[in-house]
Amino acid sequence: MPLGRIRIVISTDADIVVARRSGRELADQIGCSHTDATLVATAISEVARNIVTHAGRGEIIISPVDEGTGEHTAVEVVARDEGPGIPDVERAMEDGYSTGRGLGLGLPGARRLMDTFEITSEVGVGTTVVMRKRRST
Amino acid sequence: MAVPILKQGDYLIATIQSAMTDSEAEQLRDDLMERIGRYRSRGIIVDITALDVMDSFAARSLRNIAHMTLLRGADTVVVGMQPEVAFAMVQLGLTFEDVHTALDLEEGLAFLDARTGR
Amino acid sequence: MGTSSEPAARAGADVASTTSGGDSTLLPELVAHLRERRTQLREEWARRITEAGLLTAMTSDEVFNEATSVYDNYVEALETGSVEALEEYARSLSERIIPRGVETYEVLGIVLLLRDVLARSLFEKYQHDFELLLRVLDAYEPAANRIALTVAVGFVEERERVIRQQQEAIRDLSTPVLQVRERLVILPIIGALDSQRARQLTEQLLRSIRTNRAKVVVIDITGVPEIDSTVANHLVQTVDASRLMGANVIITGLSAEIALTLVTLGVDLSKVNAVGDLQGGIEEAERLLGYEVIRSQPADQR
Repeated sequence: MPLGRIRIVISTDADIVVARRSGRELADQIGCSHTDATLVATAISEVARNIVTHAGRGEIIISPVDEGTGEHTAVEVVARDEGPGIPDVERAMEDGYSTGRGLGLGLPGARRLMDTFEITSEVGVGTTVVMRKRRST
Repeated sequence: MAVPILKQGDYLIATIQSAMTDSEAEQLRDDLMERIGRYRSRGIIVDITALDVMDSFAARSLRNIAHMTLLRGADTVVVGMQPEVAFAMVQLGLTFEDVHTALDLEEGLAFLDARTGR
Repeated sequence: MGTSSEPAARAGADVASTTSGGDSTLLPELVAHLRERRTQLREEWARRITEAGLLTAMTSDEVFNEATSVYDNYVEALETGSVEALEEYARSLSERIIPRGVETYEVLGIVLLLRDVLARSLFEKYQHDFELLLRVLDAYEPAANRIALTVAVGFVEERERVIRQQQEAIRDLSTPVLQVRERLVILPIIGALDSQRARQLTEQLLRSIRTNRAKVVVIDITGVPEIDSTVANHLVQTVDASRLMGANVIITGLSAEIALTLVTLGVDLSKVNAVGDLQGGIEEAERLLGYEVIRSQPADQR
Protein backbone atom coordinates (compact mmCIF):
# COMPACT_ATOMS: atom_id res chain seq x y z
CA MET A 1 0.00 0.00 0.00
CA PRO A 2 1.55 3.30 -1.04
CA LEU A 3 1.89 5.88 1.68
CA GLY A 4 -0.07 9.01 1.08
CA ARG A 5 -0.64 12.32 2.74
CA ILE A 6 -3.22 12.62 5.46
CA ARG A 7 -5.26 15.74 6.06
CA ILE A 8 -7.01 16.31 9.36
CA VAL A 9 -9.34 19.20 10.06
CA ILE A 10 -8.59 20.59 13.49
CA SER A 11 -11.34 22.26 15.48
CA THR A 12 -11.74 20.39 18.77
CA ASP A 13 -9.44 18.72 21.28
CA ALA A 14 -10.54 15.31 19.98
CA ASP A 15 -9.05 16.26 16.59
CA ILE A 16 -5.70 16.79 18.30
CA VAL A 17 -5.75 13.16 19.39
CA VAL A 18 -6.62 12.00 15.86
CA ALA A 19 -3.82 14.10 14.33
CA ARG A 20 -1.13 12.85 16.66
CA ARG A 21 -2.21 9.27 16.22
CA SER A 22 -2.01 9.65 12.42
CA GLY A 23 1.46 11.16 12.75
CA ARG A 24 2.65 8.29 14.89
CA GLU A 25 1.29 5.73 12.42
CA LEU A 26 2.98 7.37 9.45
CA ALA A 27 6.28 7.64 11.34
CA ASP A 28 6.01 3.93 12.17
CA GLN A 29 5.29 3.09 8.54
CA ILE A 30 8.38 4.81 7.17
CA GLY A 31 10.54 3.00 9.71
CA CYS A 32 11.09 5.60 12.44
CA SER A 33 12.04 4.23 15.85
CA HIS A 34 9.41 4.06 18.55
CA THR A 35 11.07 7.03 20.22
CA ASP A 36 11.10 9.15 17.05
CA ALA A 37 7.44 8.29 16.39
CA THR A 38 6.64 9.50 19.91
CA LEU A 39 8.53 12.75 19.30
CA VAL A 40 6.54 13.33 16.08
CA ALA A 41 3.22 12.61 17.82
CA THR A 42 4.10 14.98 20.67
CA ALA A 43 5.13 17.79 18.31
CA ILE A 44 1.88 17.37 16.35
CA SER A 45 -0.05 17.56 19.60
CA GLU A 46 1.59 20.92 20.38
CA VAL A 47 0.99 22.56 16.99
CA ALA A 48 -2.54 21.17 16.80
CA ARG A 49 -3.35 22.60 20.21
CA ASN A 50 -1.95 25.90 19.06
CA ILE A 51 -4.55 25.90 16.28
CA VAL A 52 -7.45 25.03 18.62
CA THR A 53 -6.42 27.59 21.22
CA HIS A 54 -5.56 30.55 19.01
CA ALA A 55 -7.38 30.11 15.70
CA GLY A 56 -10.25 27.82 16.68
CA ARG A 57 -9.99 26.01 13.40
CA GLY A 58 -7.37 24.88 10.92
CA GLU A 59 -5.82 21.83 9.35
CA ILE A 60 -2.88 19.51 9.71
CA ILE A 61 -1.37 17.73 6.74
CA ILE A 62 1.01 14.86 7.40
CA SER A 63 3.02 13.43 4.51
CA PRO A 64 5.87 11.01 3.92
CA VAL A 65 8.85 12.71 2.28
CA ASP A 66 11.49 11.39 -0.08
CA GLU A 67 14.53 13.59 0.46
CA GLY A 68 16.26 12.40 -2.68
CA THR A 69 17.09 8.82 -1.75
CA GLY A 70 14.21 7.15 -3.58
CA GLU A 71 12.43 6.14 -0.40
CA HIS A 72 10.44 7.82 2.32
CA THR A 73 12.92 8.89 4.97
CA ALA A 74 11.08 11.72 6.70
CA VAL A 75 7.70 12.81 7.97
CA GLU A 76 6.55 16.32 7.14
CA VAL A 77 3.85 18.03 9.16
CA VAL A 78 2.15 21.18 7.93
CA ALA A 79 -0.12 22.96 10.41
CA ARG A 80 -2.15 25.78 8.91
CA ASP A 81 -4.80 28.12 10.19
CA GLU A 82 -6.49 31.33 9.15
CA GLY A 83 -6.64 32.65 12.66
CA PRO A 84 -5.53 35.98 14.12
CA GLY A 85 -1.84 35.30 13.45
CA ILE A 86 1.08 35.91 15.78
CA PRO A 87 2.27 39.53 16.04
CA ASP A 88 5.74 38.64 17.31
CA VAL A 89 6.83 35.24 16.00
CA GLU A 90 10.29 35.50 17.52
CA ARG A 91 8.86 36.07 20.94
CA ALA A 92 6.33 33.25 20.49
CA MET A 93 9.26 30.91 19.90
CA GLU A 94 10.80 31.76 23.27
CA ASP A 95 10.28 29.32 26.11
CA GLY A 96 7.66 30.32 28.61
CA TYR A 97 5.86 32.81 26.40
CA SER A 98 2.22 31.88 26.44
CA THR A 99 -1.08 33.50 25.74
CA GLY A 100 -2.98 30.24 25.81
CA ARG A 101 -3.52 27.48 28.31
CA GLY A 102 -0.26 25.59 27.96
CA LEU A 103 3.06 26.01 29.66
CA GLY A 104 4.32 28.30 26.92
CA LEU A 105 6.40 25.42 25.64
CA GLY A 106 4.15 24.50 22.73
CA LEU A 107 5.86 25.93 19.66
CA PRO A 108 9.44 26.13 20.93
CA GLY A 109 8.99 22.63 22.36
CA ALA A 110 7.76 21.29 19.02
CA ARG A 111 10.82 22.82 17.39
CA ARG A 112 13.08 20.91 19.79
CA LEU A 113 11.32 17.64 19.05
CA MET A 114 11.64 17.90 15.26
CA ASP A 115 14.64 18.13 12.92
CA THR A 116 13.40 21.15 11.00
CA PHE A 117 10.81 23.72 11.97
CA GLU A 118 9.64 26.79 10.07
CA ILE A 119 6.90 29.16 11.07
CA THR A 120 5.33 31.99 9.11
CA SER A 121 2.58 34.14 10.50
CA GLU A 122 0.77 37.28 9.48
CA VAL A 123 -1.61 39.19 11.69
CA GLY A 124 -5.16 38.83 10.42
CA VAL A 125 -4.18 36.22 7.84
CA GLY A 126 -3.04 33.17 9.76
CA THR A 127 -0.16 30.96 10.78
CA THR A 128 1.62 28.10 9.03
CA VAL A 129 4.10 25.73 10.63
CA VAL A 130 6.12 23.32 8.48
CA MET A 131 8.23 20.77 10.35
CA ARG A 132 10.04 17.55 9.58
CA LYS A 133 11.46 14.56 11.36
CA ARG A 134 13.97 12.32 9.63
CA ARG A 135 14.24 8.64 10.24
CA SER A 136 17.45 8.17 12.18
CA THR A 137 19.89 5.76 10.64
CA MET B 1 -14.53 8.66 27.67
CA ALA B 2 -13.94 9.63 31.29
CA VAL B 3 -10.83 8.39 33.10
CA PRO B 4 -11.81 5.57 35.48
CA ILE B 5 -11.03 6.26 39.14
CA LEU B 6 -10.74 3.42 41.60
CA LYS B 7 -10.91 3.85 45.35
CA GLN B 8 -8.56 1.60 47.23
CA GLY B 9 -8.41 2.18 50.97
CA ASP B 10 -7.11 5.65 51.62
CA TYR B 11 -6.01 6.10 48.03
CA LEU B 12 -7.56 6.94 44.69
CA ILE B 13 -6.17 5.30 41.57
CA ALA B 14 -6.82 6.95 38.18
CA THR B 15 -5.90 4.97 35.09
CA ILE B 16 -5.36 7.14 32.02
CA GLN B 17 -6.01 5.70 28.56
CA SER B 18 -3.82 6.31 25.52
CA ALA B 19 -5.98 8.93 23.86
CA MET B 20 -6.77 11.40 26.59
CA THR B 21 -8.23 14.63 25.29
CA ASP B 22 -7.83 18.02 26.95
CA SER B 23 -11.40 18.03 28.22
CA GLU B 24 -10.97 14.53 29.66
CA ALA B 25 -7.87 15.76 31.48
CA GLU B 26 -9.84 18.64 32.99
CA GLN B 27 -12.68 16.28 33.84
CA LEU B 28 -10.21 14.01 35.63
CA ARG B 29 -8.95 16.92 37.71
CA ASP B 30 -12.47 17.86 38.79
CA ASP B 31 -13.46 14.24 39.49
CA LEU B 32 -10.37 13.66 41.61
CA MET B 33 -10.90 16.84 43.60
CA GLU B 34 -14.50 15.94 44.24
CA ARG B 35 -13.65 12.40 45.40
CA ILE B 36 -10.69 13.40 47.51
CA GLY B 37 -13.13 15.42 49.56
CA ARG B 38 -15.82 12.80 49.58
CA TYR B 39 -13.56 9.88 50.61
CA ARG B 40 -11.05 11.93 52.58
CA SER B 41 -8.33 10.21 50.57
CA ARG B 42 -4.71 10.58 51.62
CA GLY B 43 -3.10 9.89 48.30
CA ILE B 44 -3.68 9.77 44.57
CA ILE B 45 -1.98 7.53 42.04
CA VAL B 46 -2.25 8.56 38.41
CA ASP B 47 -1.28 5.57 36.27
CA ILE B 48 -0.08 6.70 32.82
CA THR B 49 1.28 3.33 31.63
CA ALA B 50 -1.03 3.44 28.61
CA LEU B 51 -0.41 7.09 27.76
CA ASP B 52 1.66 7.34 24.57
CA VAL B 53 1.93 11.13 24.25
CA MET B 54 2.53 13.59 27.06
CA ASP B 55 2.38 17.09 25.63
CA SER B 56 2.63 20.36 27.51
CA PHE B 57 -1.10 20.49 28.16
CA ALA B 58 -1.30 17.00 29.64
CA ALA B 59 1.79 17.73 31.71
CA ARG B 60 0.26 20.92 33.04
CA SER B 61 -2.95 19.09 33.89
CA LEU B 62 -1.09 16.45 35.89
CA ARG B 63 0.96 19.10 37.64
CA ASN B 64 -2.20 20.99 38.55
CA ILE B 65 -3.71 17.82 39.97
CA ALA B 66 -0.57 17.24 42.06
CA HIS B 67 -0.53 20.82 43.38
CA MET B 68 -4.24 20.90 44.15
CA THR B 69 -4.02 17.53 45.90
CA LEU B 70 -1.22 18.86 48.05
CA LEU B 71 -3.36 21.84 49.05
CA ARG B 72 -6.04 19.39 50.10
CA GLY B 73 -3.60 17.58 52.35
CA ALA B 74 -2.82 14.57 50.19
CA ASP B 75 0.00 13.37 47.95
CA THR B 76 -0.02 12.55 44.26
CA VAL B 77 2.31 10.15 42.53
CA VAL B 78 2.43 9.65 38.75
CA VAL B 79 3.36 6.08 37.81
CA GLY B 80 4.17 4.02 34.74
CA MET B 81 5.62 6.58 32.36
CA GLN B 82 6.94 4.84 29.22
CA PRO B 83 10.61 5.33 28.27
CA GLU B 84 9.72 7.08 24.97
CA VAL B 85 7.28 9.40 26.71
CA ALA B 86 9.92 10.34 29.30
CA PHE B 87 12.42 10.99 26.52
CA ALA B 88 9.96 13.16 24.57
CA MET B 89 9.03 15.10 27.69
CA VAL B 90 12.57 16.18 28.47
CA GLN B 91 13.14 17.05 24.80
CA LEU B 92 10.06 19.20 24.98
CA GLY B 93 11.51 20.90 28.05
CA LEU B 94 9.20 19.42 30.69
CA THR B 95 10.74 17.98 33.84
CA PHE B 96 7.85 17.67 36.30
CA GLU B 97 10.16 18.80 39.07
CA ASP B 98 7.56 19.11 41.78
CA VAL B 99 5.59 15.98 40.93
CA HIS B 100 6.40 12.62 42.50
CA THR B 101 6.95 9.76 40.08
CA ALA B 102 7.31 6.01 40.47
CA LEU B 103 7.99 3.13 38.14
CA ASP B 104 4.66 1.36 38.39
CA LEU B 105 1.52 0.94 40.48
CA GLU B 106 3.26 -1.23 43.05
CA GLU B 107 6.02 1.34 43.55
CA GLY B 108 3.45 4.11 43.68
CA LEU B 109 1.58 2.38 46.49
CA ALA B 110 4.83 1.81 48.37
CA PHE B 111 5.70 5.48 47.96
CA LEU B 112 2.35 6.64 49.33
CA ASP B 113 2.57 4.18 52.22
CA ALA B 114 5.96 5.61 53.14
CA ARG B 115 4.70 9.18 52.84
CA THR B 116 1.63 8.61 54.93
CA GLY B 117 3.64 6.69 57.49
CA ARG B 118 2.10 3.26 57.11
CA MET C 1 35.35 10.46 -26.24
CA GLY C 2 35.02 11.50 -22.65
CA THR C 3 33.13 8.38 -21.68
CA SER C 4 35.77 7.48 -19.16
CA SER C 5 34.85 10.51 -17.10
CA GLU C 6 31.47 9.01 -16.29
CA PRO C 7 31.09 8.53 -12.54
CA ALA C 8 31.35 4.86 -11.74
CA ALA C 9 31.00 1.76 -13.84
CA ARG C 10 27.81 0.12 -12.66
CA ALA C 11 26.71 -3.49 -12.82
CA GLY C 12 26.18 -4.74 -16.33
CA ALA C 13 27.69 -1.65 -17.87
CA ASP C 14 28.69 -2.28 -21.40
CA VAL C 15 32.38 -1.66 -21.82
CA ALA C 16 32.37 -2.26 -25.58
CA SER C 17 29.77 0.44 -26.14
CA THR C 18 32.16 3.03 -24.76
CA THR C 19 34.48 2.35 -27.67
CA SER C 20 31.97 3.49 -30.27
CA GLY C 21 34.47 6.08 -31.47
CA GLY C 22 37.06 3.37 -32.18
CA ASP C 23 37.17 0.32 -34.36
CA SER C 24 35.07 -2.53 -32.97
CA THR C 25 37.10 -5.18 -34.76
CA LEU C 26 40.21 -4.13 -32.89
CA LEU C 27 39.14 -5.30 -29.42
CA PRO C 28 39.19 -9.04 -30.24
CA GLU C 29 42.68 -8.62 -31.72
CA LEU C 30 43.78 -6.76 -28.64
CA VAL C 31 42.35 -9.42 -26.33
CA ALA C 32 44.11 -12.15 -28.29
CA HIS C 33 47.39 -10.28 -27.91
CA LEU C 34 46.96 -9.90 -24.15
CA ARG C 35 46.10 -13.59 -23.78
CA GLU C 36 49.15 -14.60 -25.77
CA ARG C 37 51.48 -12.48 -23.65
CA ARG C 38 49.74 -13.43 -20.39
CA THR C 39 52.71 -15.00 -18.60
CA GLN C 40 55.15 -12.19 -19.35
CA LEU C 41 52.76 -9.32 -18.76
CA ARG C 42 51.48 -10.78 -15.53
CA GLU C 43 55.02 -11.17 -14.22
CA GLU C 44 55.93 -7.68 -15.34
CA TRP C 45 52.89 -6.34 -13.50
CA ALA C 46 53.62 -8.26 -10.28
CA ARG C 47 57.20 -7.00 -10.41
CA ARG C 48 56.06 -3.39 -10.76
CA ILE C 49 53.63 -3.82 -7.86
CA THR C 50 56.51 -4.92 -5.64
CA GLU C 51 58.77 -2.14 -6.94
CA ALA C 52 56.13 0.47 -6.19
CA GLY C 53 55.90 -0.84 -2.62
CA LEU C 54 52.21 -1.72 -2.97
CA LEU C 55 50.39 -4.58 -1.22
CA THR C 56 53.21 -4.96 1.30
CA ALA C 57 50.81 -6.62 3.69
CA MET C 58 50.64 -9.62 1.35
CA THR C 59 53.27 -12.26 0.53
CA SER C 60 54.71 -12.33 -2.99
CA ASP C 61 52.84 -15.59 -3.68
CA GLU C 62 49.59 -13.98 -2.68
CA VAL C 63 50.32 -10.93 -4.81
CA PHE C 64 51.06 -13.18 -7.76
CA ASN C 65 47.87 -15.21 -7.31
CA GLU C 66 45.69 -12.13 -7.05
CA ALA C 67 47.53 -10.57 -9.97
CA THR C 68 46.72 -13.61 -12.07
CA SER C 69 43.03 -13.46 -11.19
CA VAL C 70 42.82 -9.72 -11.76
CA TYR C 71 44.65 -10.08 -15.07
CA ASP C 72 42.29 -12.78 -16.35
CA ASN C 73 39.21 -10.97 -15.16
CA TYR C 74 40.52 -7.79 -16.72
CA VAL C 75 41.06 -9.37 -20.13
CA GLU C 76 37.70 -11.07 -19.90
CA ALA C 77 36.00 -7.74 -19.19
CA LEU C 78 37.74 -6.28 -22.23
CA GLU C 79 36.54 -9.20 -24.34
CA THR C 80 32.92 -9.51 -23.20
CA GLY C 81 32.39 -5.81 -22.60
CA SER C 82 30.68 -6.66 -19.31
CA VAL C 83 32.16 -5.62 -15.98
CA GLU C 84 29.73 -7.75 -13.98
CA ALA C 85 32.12 -10.63 -13.34
CA LEU C 86 34.86 -8.14 -12.55
CA GLU C 87 32.61 -6.31 -10.08
CA GLU C 88 31.92 -9.60 -8.35
CA TYR C 89 35.62 -10.40 -8.24
CA ALA C 90 36.47 -6.89 -6.99
CA ARG C 91 34.01 -7.35 -4.15
CA SER C 92 35.43 -10.70 -3.06
CA LEU C 93 38.98 -9.40 -3.46
CA SER C 94 38.09 -6.44 -1.24
CA GLU C 95 36.56 -8.73 1.36
CA ARG C 96 39.78 -10.69 1.49
CA ILE C 97 42.25 -7.82 1.55
CA ILE C 98 40.46 -5.22 3.69
CA PRO C 99 41.06 -7.20 6.91
CA ARG C 100 44.74 -7.34 5.91
CA GLY C 101 44.90 -3.57 6.05
CA VAL C 102 45.20 -2.91 2.31
CA GLU C 103 44.53 0.77 1.61
CA THR C 104 42.54 2.44 -1.15
CA TYR C 105 45.64 3.97 -2.77
CA GLU C 106 47.18 0.51 -3.12
CA VAL C 107 44.17 -0.92 -4.92
CA LEU C 108 43.99 2.11 -7.21
CA GLY C 109 47.75 1.89 -7.68
CA ILE C 110 47.82 -1.72 -8.82
CA VAL C 111 44.94 -1.30 -11.24
CA LEU C 112 46.54 1.78 -12.79
CA LEU C 113 49.86 -0.12 -13.04
CA LEU C 114 48.13 -2.94 -14.90
CA ARG C 115 46.63 -0.40 -17.26
CA ASP C 116 50.11 1.02 -17.90
CA VAL C 117 51.78 -2.37 -18.34
CA LEU C 118 49.19 -3.42 -20.90
CA ALA C 119 49.30 -0.06 -22.70
CA ARG C 120 53.09 -0.34 -23.04
CA SER C 121 52.75 -3.79 -24.49
CA LEU C 122 50.33 -2.40 -27.04
CA PHE C 123 52.80 0.40 -27.87
CA GLU C 124 55.48 -2.17 -28.51
CA LYS C 125 53.30 -4.28 -30.74
CA TYR C 126 51.84 -1.48 -32.83
CA GLN C 127 54.64 1.09 -32.84
CA HIS C 128 55.42 0.37 -36.50
CA ASP C 129 51.99 1.73 -37.52
CA PHE C 130 51.17 4.95 -35.71
CA GLU C 131 47.63 5.24 -37.17
CA LEU C 132 46.78 1.72 -36.08
CA LEU C 133 48.27 2.34 -32.63
CA LEU C 134 46.02 5.34 -32.14
CA ARG C 135 42.96 3.28 -33.04
CA VAL C 136 44.04 0.49 -30.74
CA LEU C 137 44.42 2.98 -27.88
CA ASP C 138 41.02 4.51 -28.71
CA ALA C 139 39.52 1.08 -28.21
CA TYR C 140 41.61 0.19 -25.18
CA GLU C 141 41.65 3.34 -23.04
CA PRO C 142 37.96 3.87 -22.25
CA ALA C 143 37.49 0.18 -21.52
CA ALA C 144 40.60 0.12 -19.32
CA ASN C 145 39.54 3.22 -17.42
CA ARG C 146 36.12 1.80 -16.84
CA ILE C 147 37.62 -1.39 -15.46
CA ALA C 148 39.92 0.59 -13.16
CA LEU C 149 36.93 2.54 -11.88
CA THR C 150 34.93 -0.62 -11.28
CA VAL C 151 37.63 -2.20 -9.17
CA ALA C 152 38.35 1.00 -7.21
CA VAL C 153 34.68 1.77 -6.56
CA GLY C 154 34.06 -1.85 -5.56
CA PHE C 155 36.86 -1.60 -3.04
CA VAL C 156 35.72 1.72 -1.59
CA GLU C 157 32.11 0.53 -1.29
CA GLU C 158 33.18 -2.62 0.49
CA ARG C 159 35.38 -0.61 2.83
CA GLU C 160 32.54 1.75 3.63
CA ARG C 161 30.28 -1.20 4.34
CA VAL C 162 32.85 -2.65 6.73
CA ILE C 163 33.28 0.72 8.46
CA ARG C 164 29.53 1.12 8.89
CA GLN C 165 29.29 -2.36 10.33
CA GLN C 166 32.11 -1.68 12.77
CA GLN C 167 30.56 1.61 13.84
CA GLU C 168 27.33 -0.17 14.67
CA ALA C 169 29.16 -2.86 16.56
CA ILE C 170 31.12 -0.29 18.54
CA ARG C 171 27.99 1.65 19.31
CA ASP C 172 26.28 -1.45 20.67
CA LEU C 173 29.32 -2.44 22.67
CA SER C 174 29.97 0.96 24.08
CA THR C 175 26.82 1.42 26.13
CA PRO C 176 26.20 -1.65 28.21
CA VAL C 177 23.61 -1.27 30.93
CA LEU C 178 24.40 -3.69 33.72
CA GLN C 179 22.08 -4.88 36.40
CA VAL C 180 24.18 -5.39 39.53
CA ARG C 181 21.43 -5.96 42.03
CA GLU C 182 17.70 -6.14 42.03
CA ARG C 183 16.42 -2.65 41.18
CA LEU C 184 19.92 -1.26 40.58
CA VAL C 185 21.51 -0.77 37.16
CA ILE C 186 24.89 0.67 36.28
CA LEU C 187 25.77 2.47 33.09
CA PRO C 188 29.53 2.80 32.71
CA ILE C 189 30.30 5.22 29.89
CA ILE C 190 33.68 4.75 28.29
CA GLY C 191 35.12 6.92 25.55
CA ALA C 192 34.11 10.19 23.96
CA LEU C 193 30.46 11.18 24.01
CA ASP C 194 28.82 12.89 21.09
CA SER C 195 25.24 13.93 20.67
CA GLN C 196 24.20 10.80 18.81
CA ARG C 197 25.79 8.43 21.27
CA ALA C 198 24.43 10.36 24.23
CA ARG C 199 20.93 10.10 22.83
CA GLN C 200 21.27 6.40 22.14
CA LEU C 201 22.60 5.85 25.60
CA THR C 202 19.66 7.70 27.13
CA GLU C 203 17.15 5.63 25.19
CA GLN C 204 18.88 2.41 26.15
CA LEU C 205 19.02 3.39 29.82
CA LEU C 206 15.33 4.35 29.90
CA ARG C 207 14.33 1.03 28.37
CA SER C 208 16.44 -0.88 30.85
CA ILE C 209 14.90 1.02 33.76
CA ARG C 210 11.60 -0.45 32.66
CA THR C 211 12.78 -3.98 31.92
CA ASN C 212 14.84 -4.24 35.12
CA ARG C 213 12.33 -2.30 37.21
CA ALA C 214 15.29 -0.21 38.29
CA LYS C 215 14.84 2.17 41.18
CA VAL C 216 18.38 3.50 41.19
CA VAL C 217 20.71 4.12 38.25
CA VAL C 218 24.43 4.76 38.64
CA ILE C 219 26.00 6.48 35.63
CA ASP C 220 29.76 6.24 35.84
CA ILE C 221 31.63 8.67 33.62
CA THR C 222 35.16 7.94 34.83
CA GLY C 223 35.99 6.81 31.30
CA VAL C 224 34.76 9.95 29.58
CA PRO C 225 37.69 12.19 28.63
CA GLU C 226 35.80 15.43 28.09
CA ILE C 227 32.37 16.93 27.88
CA ASP C 228 30.94 19.89 25.97
CA SER C 229 27.77 21.79 26.72
CA THR C 230 25.63 19.74 24.33
CA VAL C 231 26.66 16.47 25.91
CA ALA C 232 26.35 17.95 29.41
CA ASN C 233 22.78 18.91 28.63
CA HIS C 234 22.13 15.40 27.33
CA LEU C 235 23.33 14.05 30.66
CA VAL C 236 21.01 16.37 32.55
CA GLN C 237 18.15 15.24 30.29
CA THR C 238 19.03 11.63 31.02
CA VAL C 239 18.78 12.35 34.73
CA ASP C 240 15.45 14.14 34.26
CA ALA C 241 13.96 11.42 32.06
CA SER C 242 15.04 8.67 34.47
CA ARG C 243 13.40 10.54 37.30
CA LEU C 244 10.19 10.89 35.27
CA MET C 245 10.11 7.11 35.11
CA GLY C 246 10.55 6.94 38.86
CA ALA C 247 14.26 6.11 39.10
CA ASN C 248 16.97 7.96 41.04
CA VAL C 249 20.19 8.74 39.24
CA ILE C 250 23.62 8.89 40.82
CA ILE C 251 26.51 10.16 38.71
CA THR C 252 30.00 9.00 39.62
CA GLY C 253 33.49 9.62 38.32
CA LEU C 254 33.18 13.30 37.49
CA SER C 255 36.80 14.36 37.08
CA ALA C 256 38.01 17.74 38.28
CA GLU C 257 38.31 18.90 34.65
CA ILE C 258 34.78 17.85 33.77
CA ALA C 259 33.43 19.35 36.98
CA LEU C 260 35.12 22.63 36.08
CA THR C 261 33.74 22.49 32.55
CA LEU C 262 30.21 21.89 33.82
CA VAL C 263 30.43 24.74 36.30
CA THR C 264 31.94 27.07 33.69
CA LEU C 265 29.24 26.17 31.17
CA GLY C 266 26.61 26.93 33.77
CA VAL C 267 24.94 23.53 33.44
CA ASP C 268 22.21 23.23 36.06
CA LEU C 269 23.42 20.43 38.29
CA SER C 270 21.17 21.13 41.24
CA LYS C 271 19.22 17.94 40.62
CA VAL C 272 22.23 15.77 39.95
CA ASN C 273 23.26 13.46 42.74
CA ALA C 274 27.01 13.13 42.30
CA VAL C 275 29.24 10.74 44.22
CA GLY C 276 33.04 10.64 43.89
CA ASP C 277 33.71 7.18 42.55
CA LEU C 278 31.82 4.13 41.34
CA GLN C 279 32.23 2.26 44.61
CA GLY C 280 30.80 5.18 46.57
CA GLY C 281 28.01 5.42 44.02
CA ILE C 282 27.03 1.80 44.48
CA GLU C 283 27.12 2.20 48.27
CA GLU C 284 24.86 5.23 48.01
CA ALA C 285 22.55 3.29 45.70
CA GLU C 286 22.36 0.41 48.16
CA ARG C 287 21.52 2.84 50.91
CA LEU C 288 18.69 4.28 48.82
CA LEU C 289 17.43 0.78 48.13
CA GLY C 290 17.55 -0.04 51.84
CA TYR C 291 20.32 -2.59 51.62
CA GLU C 292 22.86 -2.89 54.37
CA VAL C 293 26.12 -4.48 53.41
CA ILE C 294 27.83 -6.28 56.26
CA ARG C 295 31.20 -7.86 55.86
CA SER C 296 31.18 -11.47 56.98
CA GLN C 297 33.92 -12.25 59.52
CA PRO C 298 37.17 -13.60 58.19
CA ALA C 299 37.43 -17.35 58.68
CA ASP C 300 40.31 -17.25 61.20
CA GLN C 301 38.30 -15.12 63.62
CA ARG C 302 35.40 -17.51 63.86
